[in-house]
Amino acid sequence: MVEGGITVAEEQNVNQKAAEPKGASRVQPVPEQDFSDYLGIMVVVEQRAGVAKKVSWQLLGEAKRMATKINAPVYALVMGHNVRHLAEEAIRRGADKVYMSDSPVLEKYRTRPYSRVSLDVIRTFKPEIVLMGATYTGRDLAGAIATHLPTGLTADCTQLDVDENRLLQASRPAFSEKMLATILCKQYKPQMATARPGVFLELPADASRSGEIIDVPSPMREEEVVTEVLDFLEQTDRINLEDHEIIVAGGKGLGSPDGFKLLQELADALGGVVGASRAVVDLKWIDHDHQVGQTGSTVRSKLYFAIGISGAVQHVVGMQNSDVIVAINRDPDAPIFKVAHYGIVGDLYEIVPAIIKAVKEKRALPFATNSSAANASVAASIQS
Amino acid sequence: MHIVVCVKQVPDSREIRIDPNTNTLVRQGVPAIVNYYDLHGLEEALRFKDEMGAEVTVVSMGPPSADKALKQCISMGADRAVLVSDRAFAGADTLATSYVVGMTVKKVAEEFGPVDVVFCGKQTLDGDTGQVGPGVACRLDYEQLTYVEKVVELSDKDKTITVHRHLEDGIEVVKTKLPVVVTVLTELNKPRRASLPGVINASRFKPVVWTTNDFADIDRAKIGLKGSPTIVSKTWVPEPRKIDTKMLEGDNVAVVASELIEQLWSTELPTRLGW
Repeated sequence: MVEGGITVAEEQNVNQKAAEPKGASRVQPVPEQDFSDYLGIMVVVEQRAGVAKKVSWQLLGEAKRMATKINAPVYALVMGHNVRHLAEEAIRRGADKVYMSDSPVLEKYRTRPYSRVSLDVIRTFKPEIVLMGATYTGRDLAGAIATHLPTGLTADCTQLDVDENRLLQASRPAFSEKMLATILCKQYKPQMATARPGVFLELPADASRSGEIIDVPSPMREEEVVTEVLDFLEQTDRINLEDHEIIVAGGKGLGSPDGFKLLQELADALGGVVGASRAVVDLKWIDHDHQVGQTGSTVRSKLYFAIGISGAVQHVVGMQNSDVIVAINRDPDAPIFKVAHYGIVGDLYEIVPAIIKAVKEKRALPFATNSSAANASVAASIQS
Repeated sequence: MHIVVCVKQVPDSREIRIDPNTNTLVRQGVPAIVNYYDLHGLEEALRFKDEMGAEVTVVSMGPPSADKALKQCISMGADRAVLVSDRAFAGADTLATSYVVGMTVKKVAEEFGPVDVVFCGKQTLDGDTGQVGPGVACRLDYEQLTYVEKVVELSDKDKTITVHRHLEDGIEVVKTKLPVVVTVLTELNKPRRASLPGVINASRFKPVVWTTNDFADIDRAKIGLKGSPTIVSKTWVPEPRKIDTKMLEGDNVAVVASELIEQLWSTELPTRLGW
């Protein structure tokens, strides 16, 4: 997205802060610690059962881009059990040095043992910036680490940059994602941020890269950990929008939750999934897993339909990086048309069935719906 | 069993609009509400009050006007409510907020009895960070369970809790020892309406108010703006990517639809998507 819109000076103290009283001092405290030897950008790699989350490699790509600007090394922190292959992968994905803690106590994520390792590594090796995915696990861990250190943490960033003073400019949506705010952490190190999956680009794995893997022991023993992961119930029917190449998203213009059935039919014809704006998720028309722009689902789809969505900022930031965007709206002045490659003004309940018909003809698909399973899945997540 | 519920009064950010001419926030008429995730934490605490006689204390950091939020919690059935309010707390980011909330829970434990569970909403509507819950757990050295969509079991006898944590691709069943900080999702339950006795209690209700002076060992360098490492350097309304939009028109929807299909099929999409 383009920076350089209007800066709203009087709204500076937003989002991570409560309202500031008029005339309060803006002086930042001078911490006692000296942070001048903090150097390098560290990405905490998230994995489960030895499989890394994609956001980890995306953040390594972004870390590499920023590190080049300030001539800094890129580090990865890999925690888990039997995860050497991930440490090696981190080097292929841009890390110069990998700190690896490989221990049975780290087999499953638990806040305390993971934060203890992270704190040891950060305090010993002193990276100036630490990045993590804004996933459920990433946010759980980042909140714990930043408080212990202590340092500043910016949540759920959608833009990252670093300036000539090596300050991390962490930008994130604010006010129900209607605006963006850039947040700095000037006097503490490391500067920490969690960042949304699907926003940044990973580097292709480069087998010719070399780097060092440094073993770090886990400071906690199993008998010291009081939290137990009893089970993991996989939910394969849960929609993870960022994994899909075609998204057919609906908003308030649908008029009722039932409109999503029509969108599902179009999604089925195209081979895609149904998405939704925050407005209709707030109305509980559809389950929040379908929300575009929420944590975990900034999308970069190949084809994106915005149907009955006006195009508020919070939605646009979540989908505008899609390759081809089609907008259908009754209002010719709807802002969504500004980001769409193709726009159609009119009644979606007339236009969408016509598109479904045209797609099926083009793809020579049968007209009787053959996707009852997919339909059932969306029906289950449409809240009536 | 003593349960503390952390609540925050927030502007209903769903109602905040951007003035399209000035690109500024329109805050007029935006109601102050209890952060709705927090109400699900309160409901869960009240469930354990109903089921096992748990005592429920609500705490909030905010301006004096936040007593309205606490009143609502009392009307739903909370036993007591504490408002932590001082100009010195203003300007706090999540680090400074978790410090004060942590101190508050400690003081609640000293004055009203040991705390077993702290419920927080998964995040606030105005901040959306989800960082205060884990921060409070650190401050208190409690266990932390975030993004909880179900409390399977809370045992007073064994002092344990078992929950379902919501993750991207499934549910994690986790058990830990009390005391614990639990941050909750809206899937957890449906918050109750105020009861008649609750409304009567609320009408007489005056919150316990604590200021910095009530915390003997508070470190003033850690509160408010001074204790906040992050600063907002600017806010802006992002400009959408500039696109050459092609508006499709026709005599009827069938013409428009086939025009769209022709357009889409003339791109690389069919190859890339395997149509």
